[in-house]
Amino acid sequence: MKLKKDYKLIIMYNSTFNMVRCRSSVLHYLLCFSIICSVMVPFQLQAQSAQDEMIIIGSKLFTESVILGEIATQLAEHGDIETDYYSQLGGTRILWNALREGDIDAYPDYTGTLIQEIIQDSSIQHMDELRQRLVKFNVEITQPLGFNNTYALGMREKHAKRLGIETISDLRNHPELKHGYSNEFMNRGDGWKGLREIYQLSPDEVTGLDHDLAYRGLESGGIDVIDLYSTDAEIDYYNLKVLEDDLHFFPEYQAVFVYRSELKDKSPTAVKVLNQMAGTIPEPQMINMNARVKLDQIPAQEVASDFIRHTFDIETEVKATGLWQRLWVNTLDHLYLVGISLGLAILIAIPLGIIAVKVPVIENTVLGVVGVLQTIPSLALLVFMIPLFGIGALPAMAALFLYSLLPVVRNTHSGIKNIPTPTMESAYALGLPKTVVLKKIELPLAMPTILAGIKTSAVINVGTATLGALIGAGGYGQPILTGIRLDSVPLILEGAIPAALLALAVQGLFDLIEKQLSN
Amino acid sequence: MISAHNISKSFDENQVLKQISLEIPQGSTVSLIGPSGCGKSTLLRIMIGLVKADTGSVRYNETEISESNINSIRHNIGYVIQEGGLFPHLTNAQNIALAANYLGWAASRIQERIEQLRELVNIESDILERQPEHISGGQRQRISLMRALMLDPEYILMDEPLGSIDPLVRYELQNDLKRIFRELNKTVVLVTHDLGEAAFLGDTIALMRAGKIIQRGDIKTIMEAPANRFVEEFITAQRSPLADLK
Repeated sequence: MKLKKDYKLIIMYNSTFNMVRCRSSVLHYLLCFSIICSVMVPFQLQAQSAQDEMIIIGSKLFTESVILGEIATQLAEHGDIETDYYSQLGGTRILWNALREGDIDAYPDYTGTLIQEIIQDSSIQHMDELRQRLVKFNVEITQPLGFNNTYALGMREKHAKRLGIETISDLRNHPELKHGYSNEFMNRGDGWKGLREIYQLSPDEVTGLDHDLAYRGLESGGIDVIDLYSTDAEIDYYNLKVLEDDLHFFPEYQAVFVYRSELKDKSPTAVKVLNQMAGTIPEPQMINMNARVKLDQIPAQEVASDFIRHTFDIETEVKATGLWQRLWVNTLDHLYLVGISLGLAILIAIPLGIIAVKVPVIENTVLGVVGVLQTIPSLALLVFMIPLFGIGALPAMAALFLYSLLPVVRNTHSGIKNIPTPTMESAYALGLPKTVVLKKIELPLAMPTILAGIKTSAVINVGTATLGALIGAGGYGQPILTGIRLDSVPLILEGAIPAALLALAVQGLFDLIEKQLSN
Repeated sequence: MISAHNISKSFDENQVLKQISLEIPQGSTVSLIGPSGCGKSTLLRIMIGLVKADTGSVRYNETEISESNINSIRHNIGYVIQEGGLFPHLTNAQNIALAANYLGWAASRIQERIEQLRELVNIESDILERQPEHISGGQRQRISLMRALMLDPEYILMDEPLGSIDPLVRYELQNDLKRIFRELNKTVVLVTHDLGEAAFLGDTIALMRAGKIIQRGDIKTIMEAPANRFVEEFITAQRSPLADLK
């Protein structure tokens, strides 16, 4: 469905361009491009708000969560519920906020995470108590799915043996060991912060990194101690020693589905489907599924489908998408993100640049503000947009829009400002009003500089848009993200190569326009 | 008639014009001459409203220029600067037609007028379709003159129009300018630093120094009765090859 919608928009792009092709002025092109792009925003909004009778499932940025989300998605689709699945959206906070905001209806989480990280009260002992505490958030949970995926610390077996380390307490005597923890673990109360306090650990070196890359680091000897999820398939695969939690710091992490209370009214069948999963996944089976996806590189859809066939005796449809189809969808998603954000940015940035030249009082303010926007790390800017626009393409576009402003504003400003004084005086001496001078003299003369700014924006935008996948916007970032998660270079390249090619194509396109303009 | 009255202008601490008054009778040409930095260009730019004077007023036939009427007054002024000030992104013909297009002239009228001016300034028609950067400096000045004359203004202000032209072309252009001024009977202010050119083109000469007009009169008066030592030096400083041979 998504594919069809995007395809229609691309057709719109093309036909509108054909309509205006007879006009040669670059300014007209830019204006048309910008207007088309901004007209498309409501389309997207409409498309989203029309999806009332459905369940939107999300999952976190690691394999197990992706598999659980996939199982729920396939079961819901089988139950004739219109289902949308935002796979690998991000960490706990992003998922929880997306759930609270109603951007998603349900996602898999763990009791320990809810208690320690969301409610932050470690005195909660029972499921019923947890349920009660979640009421005020209008959030409910299913019965446990059947396995406990607790945190643990792990080392290479040989290394641990050589140093005689059996328990986490033993780490106290080895401050020289290099610790590498997943970024979420580093900052969680039930993660490194609390662990360090309880066990009185003070190692020389602690770094944060992606959980899926940590195993690689451990294997290569770059780090010595990492955090584990007890259902990680890599524990066996890499021959790791799970250190005993001798002070019983880590709570239980029973897997459950978390969902919005209103889902019961909106789609009672969906709630039933989620509860259907309760108690069906014992720990060995989860480890096995993780192993199949991560180590055997079998698509999560297939693994989920096998599980459903086994457990519920239901055949679900696995939509195997070929490389070209995935490329096509990712390309459309990516162009959509870049096109709209860049179009809007041009529409706003050129006038802003003009104002900066014409109104000296606010010149520094305008240039300063867009300059500061550019200094915000792109990842942070993306996350800042979530409270304003939820998840998906919209917040990504908003962030990309803000990011694209500076080069265009700055180049519009300098392009006009650098027109030689005699040229400007000759224009005014003809008795032309300021608006005519702007249109006939200043903008055409500044156009090569403005175009160079747009080119810079576009190239940055194409690269930065890959981060959009982190908040569910799709695009070339999607295979990169999955590739990092699965430690699969081909998948990473599936996103990285087209992104690089697109950037080159955009650059080439603008070079061509510039050449045309200078002739 | 153009009359500038009591014009003063400072840029930061530096006063470049000191209570200057100057009248140019209808149909006559005045050459503003003086050393670099004497304020002659600034005075000209104040006369066309590109620079705002600190004190004083500029009138064209009793109408004082102001923010509100400056554009309509400019339609009655042709302005030519050193190297032409042509717009590089437009063809020469588009440069010439810019103001007429803005005023909504019909294409045929513009065409006709350009043809008329082309003959007047003596330029080949294929030059018109080229960009300013692809023609010579002398041709650029002729195009710039056509642009200035397009709306048939009563007044022409020129700021060192022949400043960067080589001597032979310059000589030719000076002759053409003199002919055109006489033919069209325009009121002209010409800024130059070349006494010979000032004398050749101007009915009268206003000699400026440090923001003031030191002497005003025809070349004969100035040569025969220099107002002070500076004027005397300024005249002698204009080198003549013949005088040097002697």
